[in-house]
Amino acid sequence: MDTGPPTCAGPHPRGNMGRYVARRLLLTIPVLLGASVLIFSMVYALPGDPIRALAGDRPVSPAVVKVLTERFHLDDPLWIQYWEYLKGLFQGDLGTDFRGRPVLDTIERTLPVTIRLTIVAVVFEIVIGLTAGVLAGIRRNSFFDNLVLVSTTVIVSIPILVLAFLAQLTFGLKLGWFPIAGTREGWYGYVLPGLVLASGSLAYVARLTRTSIAENMRADYVRTAKAKGLPRSRIIVRHTLRNSLIPVVTFIGADIGALLGGAIVTETVFNLPGIGREVFDSIQAQEGAVVVGIVTLMVFFFIFFNLVVDVLYAVLDPRIRYD
Amino acid sequence: MTQSQLDPTPRPATAGATLLEVDDLHVEFRQRSGVVNAVNGVSYTLAEGETLAILGESGSGKSVSAQAIMGILDVPPAVVRGAIRFEGRDLLQMSEEDQRQVRGPGISMIFQDALSSLNPVYSVGWQIGEMFRVHQGASRKEAKQKAIELMDRVRIPAAAKRVNDYPHQFSGGMRQRVMIAMAIALDPRILIADEPTTALDVTVQAQVMDLLKDLQRETGMGLILITHDLGVVNEVADRVAVMYAGRIVERGTVDDVFTDAGHPYTEGLMNSVPQVEAKGGRLQPIVGQPPNLAAIPSGCPFHPRCARRRLGAEAAPGRDCAVDVPPLRLVAPGREAACHYSEEVLGV
Ligand SMILES: Nc1ncnc2c1ncn2[C@@H]1O[C@H](COP(=O)(O)OP(=O)(O)OP(=O)(O)O)[C@@H](O)[C@H]1O
Ligand code: SF4
Ligand SMILES: [Mg+2]
Repeated sequence: MDTGPPTCAGPHPRGNMGRYVARRLLLTIPVLLGASVLIFSMVYALPGDPIRALAGDRPVSPAVVKVLTERFHLDDPLWIQYWEYLKGLFQGDLGTDFRGRPVLDTIERTLPVTIRLTIVAVVFEIVIGLTAGVLAGIRRNSFFDNLVLVSTTVIVSIPILVLAFLAQLTFGLKLGWFPIAGTREGWYGYVLPGLVLASGSLAYVARLTRTSIAENMRADYVRTAKAKGLPRSRIIVRHTLRNSLIPVVTFIGADIGALLGGAIVTETVFNLPGIGREVFDSIQAQEGAVVVGIVTLMVFFFIFFNLVVDVLYAVLDPRIRYD
Repeated sequence: MTQSQLDPTPRPATAGATLLEVDDLHVEFRQRSGVVNAVNGVSYTLAEGETLAILGESGSGKSVSAQAIMGILDVPPAVVRGAIRFEGRDLLQMSEEDQRQVRGPGISMIFQDALSSLNPVYSVGWQIGEMFRVHQGASRKEAKQKAIELMDRVRIPAAAKRVNDYPHQFSGGMRQRVMIAMAIALDPRILIADEPTTALDVTVQAQVMDLLKDLQRETGMGLILITHDLGVVNEVADRVAVMYAGRIVERGTVDDVFTDAGHPYTEGLMNSVPQVEAKGGRLQPIVGQPPNLAAIPSGCPFHPRCARRRLGAEAAPGRDCAVDVPPLRLVAPGREAACHYSEEVLGV
């Protein structure tokens, strides 16, 4: 007997999952276009002159200004600039920055850093957040439960910037356990920034798991499971946990989408060349094409992982229907 | 006819050996706001093949006493005292592991709301089959096969097709049958049914009760039926125990108690439902509120609501309703009531 998604037989067919997913994916296209228009016009509206920003304090010759202005359609109205951008996009070309480097290359260079950071952060969320939440939820009002309550409150109330510096100071400088910046040491270098980045979600996961478990421990079907004479471990794992983790798993899924949006503060403080820091630098440098490309990608990740979550939800909870 | 000190009520001729003896059961919940005394000294016995109905208004401790017998009052933890002897062994003195092994093959229980009492994320076949997998080490395939047989036995149509369906895909009556299938899976000696039909339509109620009675006839299990429904008690139960404020205030055979109540509270219950004989007669709900279990009235717990109470100078010596607690005592052959003036109530 399995617990997978049911077939469409029975009085309440659950709809067609394939069609549902296809429809949702199609829907992302107009959303992404809308998002890119929005980002495009915001970049366009940025004050200042991107060419001056590029050159810094050095004087720029009028000829160079002219060439760059033409190449990037800087004098054209917004809609023409956008149209040029879209034309490129459909040929798989995200444009280039003012130095002539393709935006796609920039993404290829920075995205793996952010992906690695996200993976490390999610592992922390699951290993620490989930475990703490489960133990606290099972033994409500115990010492450990109170410890989790207090520590999650503290973590959530400290700004991430402060947390990042604190982590660097204690684990990096004082104890010397982890590198405090850069990616030279491979995955090891991601431990500290991953932990800092995960801290907020980790605290939330612990809280959510704890509440969800405590609620489910009182659920009628858990009472039934006891009356069935099941061993305590089975009641907790197969009945209480299985149901309690539905909201937690979906939160973590959605959080992956958000984390892939890059963490500007974490990446900057820990000097990780990911897409978060790249987009931050590009805004300062007024690199419109880079900003539009990366932010649109972030929006895509967000939408995509929300879709994944919706599908996951329906897989985990047979009461949910795909439509 | 067996008689015991705990429960001198006559049993039906069909009843067999005593299965369960509940002896002076107390259950309390310790809360920050105070102690809730949900069950205060309940005793009864149950024999093979007999049906004991437990009657009483909401909050009288019917469910809590049943759950104490099942040993499932751990969240939030309750303090349970007294003795619960199942086939002679006190469940409260057993190890948790031994108790666990009684649940299912020894005593099992079905609950009022089958939808919330079944796990929403597992198929009904999986949940029924879990009994065989856990208690008998059956394989998934065997368990599923047995689940189908049980679903057939509780008369769920197209059992083989529906075994993989989830609880929310069934109607209320079918869901309650799934609960019943799960509870009788291991041929328990005792089945406790806590308001098994309250959530169902009238016609479905009758079908489910018929099913329970048929199953009892086939297996000879003892049945404890918790209910508000006097009609159901009248139809299916052999004996009845009436609970008020966590105590048994009256018990006897259904025929006796229904013919002539021996406790003013029972009398009130009988008057609060339309009687077949008294069609068109006015209903008289029992006046007043059920007692607060954190502050049970002194003397007879029912006295604030009792029309027959006698206080102070009116009362016979040692029988002041607000001061002296009336013990459960034999007031007529085979009949007990906890009222100082039961004889007057009976009209003897
Ligand atoms: N976990 C608990 N903590 C505190 N009080 C509780 C708890 N469970 C039950 N009670 C209290 O115990 C009393 C008896 O409850 P119980 O569920 O046994 O009533 P009942 O007779 O089954 O009523 P109903 O007919 O409504 O089902 C109620 O007043 C209830 O509030
Ligand atoms: S003891 Fe008194 S108050 Fe209690 S039921 Fe009997 S008459 Fe009423
Ligand atoms: Mg109840």
